[in-house]
Amino acid sequence: MTASASTAASASSLAPIGILDPEGQLLPGAEDPRLEREQLLAMYRGMLRIRVLDERMLALQRQGRIGFVGTATGQEASVVGSAAGLAPSDWIFPGLREGGAALFRGMPLEEYVGQMYCNTYDTAKGRQMCNHFQHQAGNFVSWSSVIGTQLPQAVGAAFAAKLRGERTVCAAYLGDGATSSGGFHCAATFAGVWKAPVVFLIIDNGWAISVPACKQSAAASLALKGKTYGLPSRSIDGNDLFACYVETRAAVERVRAGGAPEILHLKTYRMMGHSSSDDPTRYRDAAEVEAWSKRDPIARAKRYLEGRAWIDDARDAALREELDAEIRGVIKTVEAAAPMALSTLVEDVYAEVPAHLRRQYNAFLESARKHGDARPSDVPFPL
Amino acid sequence: MPTLTLIQAVNDALKTVMRQDQRVVVFGEDVGLKGGVFLATEGLTKEFGEQRCFDTPLSEDGIIGAAIGMALNGLLPVAEIQFQDFIFPAFDQIVSEAAKFRYRSGGMYTVPMVIRTPYGGGIKGGLYHSQSGEAYFCHTPGIKVVVPSTPYDAKGLLIAAIQDPDPVLFLEPKRIYRSVKGEVPEGHYTVPLGTTRTVREGNDAVVFAYGAMVSVATIAAEKVAAEQGKQVRVVDLRTLSPLDEDSVLEHAKQTGRVVVLHEAPRFCGYGGEISALIAEHAIEYMEAPIVRVTGFDTPFPNTLEHHYLPDERRVCDALEKVLTF
Repeated sequence: MTASASTAASASSLAPIGILDPEGQLLPGAEDPRLEREQLLAMYRGMLRIRVLDERMLALQRQGRIGFVGTATGQEASVVGSAAGLAPSDWIFPGLREGGAALFRGMPLEEYVGQMYCNTYDTAKGRQMCNHFQHQAGNFVSWSSVIGTQLPQAVGAAFAAKLRGERTVCAAYLGDGATSSGGFHCAATFAGVWKAPVVFLIIDNGWAISVPACKQSAAASLALKGKTYGLPSRSIDGNDLFACYVETRAAVERVRAGGAPEILHLKTYRMMGHSSSDDPTRYRDAAEVEAWSKRDPIARAKRYLEGRAWIDDARDAALREELDAEIRGVIKTVEAAAPMALSTLVEDVYAEVPAHLRRQYNAFLESARKHGDARPSDVPFPL
Repeated sequence: MPTLTLIQAVNDALKTVMRQDQRVVVFGEDVGLKGGVFLATEGLTKEFGEQRCFDTPLSEDGIIGAAIGMALNGLLPVAEIQFQDFIFPAFDQIVSEAAKFRYRSGGMYTVPMVIRTPYGGGIKGGLYHSQSGEAYFCHTPGIKVVVPSTPYDAKGLLIAAIQDPDPVLFLEPKRIYRSVKGEVPEGHYTVPLGTTRTVREGNDAVVFAYGAMVSVATIAAEKVAAEQGKQVRVVDLRTLSPLDEDSVLEHAKQTGRVVVLHEAPRFCGYGGEISALIAEHAIEYMEAPIVRVTGFDTPFPNTLEHHYLPDERRVCDALEKVLTF
């Protein structure tokens, strides 16, 4: 782990840039970014909130109350540190595990949990499976499930902002697996040629479901990939909240000032399975997981905070309790959601529901009524 | 009123909307100074600058992926795919993303954009410069599919497509880019999406066609009229998806004898959908079985493309079948 933040020398190195060691101490030669107490505590809370939320969501999944969870456990510093490095007006094109960034940007917890329940609290009207977040007010764009497709979209959105003379930067998140996708290749190509204000954030958690990162690329580091596209790239310790924040912020501001688009490679680790449907013991070594558990990003930030006397075990426990209580309260609210209107089956395919869909729906509604699946508020479309 | 070719009408439509709306940007491979391989974008970079009409790297998924991002963020992108045959690297972006953004986001994110692309055979382009892939896209809810067959429609439909709130695939029949000419009004006008056009009146039978096949159908109808005195109606479908089903059913009921015509292969082709629609909702009006005239269920040939492509003789044979049944 090399020290120091934004120096050219460290940028050219393959070793991830770090600021804190796993004990929460400044690395030799590293500069303390001197974050304000409130800002740092907000980031810590953001990380903890993801941890507690993931635990709660996994429990709900085991109870059969929701369908699917893809946790960010172990990656909280990468998610929150990078999100905190963006301006609120910057756009996020996320992947599967960046929902915590939306929360950090102010996505209401009801909407987050509503999305996990895919019910009427979900702004996407239950159209997506669980764990596919969006938050329009926070410029957090809807993600599909298709790997890498969001990347050229981020370039296009950034290009649009640049054309209008806005100073928006688009953050395009991807995993280590997505660096193998065509979407990454064309996005990096276009970003470089167009000098689009984009920062690619490779959250390298070591695993694409069951395939290790070493089977995605023969490159010594995924950060090397930027070179051939003309994109400055650097590797960062993705479990180091400070490094994630400082380096993302610096890259985003360089890009905002007109610099070339950049790639940040955040080296972290997926502590849980790919999802609630995955059993990682089938393909990975328990010793590897054990080794990474000693590098836990939340524990590391906590140790630093303890050093500053900004948190202690009692306050940390109280914070966890507060976060969990909020989540439990929201779950109660969300579970009492009104049923989804049946017409959402055919709405939002186009701006207006075309005639053939109105007919298909009306025919379906007739049958739904016969079988008791419709409510009085479910009415046919005018033809 | 100026007389323009179909390709000139496309160019005129682009210039018209670009003058009116700063949000419209045009891009693709070779569309800049060269003006596109068919010159659809000729003069745009000169008039509007490289910010609004520009070349892209040679990557169709990049072109469409970037177009989606631009549309998400307030532009009205008009992306050119040089030949429809080259669109498949972008199939994922079109099918998984553009077509589904509105639906999957509950209407929070939308992608108003147009993908223009020359399609169809008849230019000795072989397998990879000749295909008609409309059925792939018509099978995808969320994207509209539009095909003009005249210069007037090309301009009016393209302007309507650019102004449409949903993504539109605009298939241009390249075989008739320069062979059809027609009067095209100057300035802004639209032809509404989702409507058919009756090209030729007649009550003895109807041919449904689109793109370059519309003129083939018309020639066949004239021939049948001259030789047999039967009047065959020709209907240009113009918007393949969403289709004006009412119009198709009305024409089918009024004539009772139906031929469906397209260049693309038959199996799971667009003609199957038209035939099924009529069979489901108007079978009792049919005086004869519905007949399809299509390309063969083969890759697109080269040397023998004139036999692969339906011509007026094959359409006349089909009309003979339905008229004498």
